[in-house]
Amino acid sequence: MIEIKDIHKSFGDNYVLKGISGKFEAGMNNLIIGGSGSGKTTLLKCMVGLHEPDEGYVLYDGRDFTRLTKDERIDIRKEIGMLFQNSALFDSMTVQENVMFALNMFTKQSKEEKLERVNFCLNRVNLEGKNDLYPSELSGGMKKRVGIARAISMQPKYLFVDEPNSGLDPLTSIVIDELIDEITNEYNITTVVVTHDMNSVMGIGENILFLAEGKKEWEGSNKEIAHTDNQRVNDFVFASKFAQAAKEKL
Amino acid sequence: MFTDFGRYILLLKAVFKRPEQWKIYWKNISHEMVYIGVNSLYLIGIISVFVGAVMTLQIAFQLQSDLIPKTIIGSVNRDSAILELSPTISALVLAGKIGSSISSEIGTMRVTEQIDALEIMGINAPGFLILPKIIAGVTMIPLLVIVSIALNIIGGYIGGTFSGAITGADYYRGITEGFNPFTIVVSLVKAFFFGFIITSVSAYQGYYVKGSALEVGRASTSTVVISCISILCADYVITDLLL
Repeated sequence: MIEIKDIHKSFGDNYVLKGISGKFEAGMNNLIIGGSGSGKTTLLKCMVGLHEPDEGYVLYDGRDFTRLTKDERIDIRKEIGMLFQNSALFDSMTVQENVMFALNMFTKQSKEEKLERVNFCLNRVNLEGKNDLYPSELSGGMKKRVGIARAISMQPKYLFVDEPNSGLDPLTSIVIDELIDEITNEYNITTVVVTHDMNSVMGIGENILFLAEGKKEWEGSNKEIAHTDNQRVNDFVFASKFAQAAKEKL
Repeated sequence: MFTDFGRYILLLKAVFKRPEQWKIYWKNISHEMVYIGVNSLYLIGIISVFVGAVMTLQIAFQLQSDLIPKTIIGSVNRDSAILELSPTISALVLAGKIGSSISSEIGTMRVTEQIDALEIMGINAPGFLILPKIIAGVTMIPLLVIVSIALNIIGGYIGGTFSGAITGADYYRGITEGFNPFTIVVSLVKAFFFGFIITSVSAYQGYYVKGSALEVGRASTSTVVISCISILCADYVITDLLL
């Protein structure tokens, strides 16, 4: 479980996060949603240590990540997997080298063991046999899947996903969402997904945190979000005519 | 400026932390050595031969006197090549070729979140990305300078004899007489520091890129400007200290 307590973050005069708290349970898809500029990605980056919060705590199963030094954080970092918005695959490495990278850096496994793990992860994301391709030879959806394979290669306890569906067609988006959902349940991972994709919200949003202007505006599940009275949430979730029509049928 | 210098020192501190896996670092170091050293050989070779040839002609033009022996042309060309032309011109050219490449490579990794991915994994990103480049720079650039000195002197021979400015025998006597081996030490010390400046400054510029591809291009340009100025300043300081 990950717990955040009263997270504040500003960049100069720009006050982005204004005291956000929440709990993200293990084995559950925890979604952070909100409009552009609401602070979703900044919150995610504060949680993984890419930004230092001005105030507040991030607790990984009770371990206070924010108070640890850079070196002390390494043990927790080894338990973290992350899928970036643009996949962030290493351009100079093949798919296999990307997935094997953390294994090479942090384990003393034999080459055969590492290769077995890589093939397992690639099979898990339906990319078997693509080991020798370079990121430039992959489609957007395949890059995301390689990103997921890389993120799970070290069997993480915590998985962070930043905008998994950006730039993908609706069908591929569903495939990625289902994959995240399956992996979360299969390995009992604490998954935190930042998204503004409504298909993801309705499809895999077991615990949803809605941010507006740097504050937590609403929290609930995908079943509750359709019936909430919160005007801001309604305006955001049912912004399109398609979503409004779907709501009327609910 | 002081903020930048402070961040540069802090980055270097992170660069020289103990690597997580030396085996992977060695692989990267050998890759960088090929890129920085072997792949620059052709360019440095061409430049050195022509600089040597032109220098010989210009020295011969300026020393047209019956009181000055022709062998002086060879000696002056040799010492100029060893002490100044080969290390400094090679470094300035490499600042453009290698420096901009390092800066844009690391800058692109920054804007495409590849550096963030390394940090999330718990890898010391400055060490992993920059240390192999610095080690390759401080070892391969001195080697390139040695090659450059040799080709510069050969270029002087070709240029001088081809134009008739000096005979082959006079030139050979000139380059072998009164040779002070310490000049080679000075040249290699310069090359070592120039290698460090080129790789570390360009890596710093790339590592702290913010924004988009446009910023990567700007960082690349800044790298060449700052590296060239730093090389010229270091050149003066080292020359003053050692000679």
